[in-house]
Amino acid sequence: MLHLALFSIFGAICVAGAVNVLIQRHPINSALSLIAVLASLAVEYLLLGAEFLAAVQVIVYAGAIMVLFVFTIMLLNAGEEERTRGSRVAIVFGIPGMLVGGILVAWALLRYSGTGPVSVGVLPGPPNTIAQLLFHDFLLPFEVTSLLILIAIMGAVVLARGEETPRPATKEQG
Amino acid sequence: MVPLSYYLVLSGILFACGVTGFLIKRNIITIFMSIELMLNGVNLSFVAFAARWHALRGQVFVFFVMVVAAAEAAVGLAIIIAVYRTRETLNVDQMNLLKL
Repeated sequence: MLHLALFSIFGAICVAGAVNVLIQRHPINSALSLIAVLASLAVEYLLLGAEFLAAVQVIVYAGAIMVLFVFTIMLLNAGEEERTRGSRVAIVFGIPGMLVGGILVAWALLRYSGTGPVSVGVLPGPPNTIAQLLFHDFLLPFEVTSLLILIAIMGAVVLARGEETPRPATKEQG
Repeated sequence: MVPLSYYLVLSGILFACGVTGFLIKRNIITIFMSIELMLNGVNLSFVAFAARWHALRGQVFVFFVMVVAAAEAAVGLAIIIAVYRTRETLNVDQMNLLKL
């Protein structure tokens, strides 16, 4: 019962934050409500027994990645986005189609999922079990991941550094 | 006790919000945040399935998704900064040339 109540409260926060990301016009407001979504998702992970993932979600996602986002928004001095008119076809067909599709998927999941309930603490997800899997069964993907991060760091530095040659020279060529 | 389908419906709602934001938003940073929203929706369904079938591998997959999302955010935001430097705009409607 408590589990269901916690799921409902934080699920509602999650959905409200996700809708707020869409509604807000200023990117900084969207970023802040995205942080609320990520933090409440961490609570959902905790309810599912994934303690390590909940911690990583808060530290990496709500911490590191969102700081990067907020920093970029501040750096580029992003203002409110201009409203552009969407096409009529999207409004006439898209929104009803999305509603029908969503209701169909939800109905099918609730009716035919054929899966039992998920209970707290059934699955041990503490860091030592995860580490056993990560450093034993998934050792090669883990190492490949480190390579990916190295490439991402170098790519980010090269892209964000900008050109070293003076601007007018490149403009004359183009 | 919460049925698995509730978690799946929540993750579907998050993914749908991400797709909608990707399509209707005009600011490139907000579009990027919508992608993060989609990734989180998928992560939630991974964790829910892992808890249902007692498979810890699902959680390891979420870990890898987070790593890829972090790398993607770093490179993507660097690209946004580079684009802003040449175009002086963040509106995707005004970015209609591949040539910088």
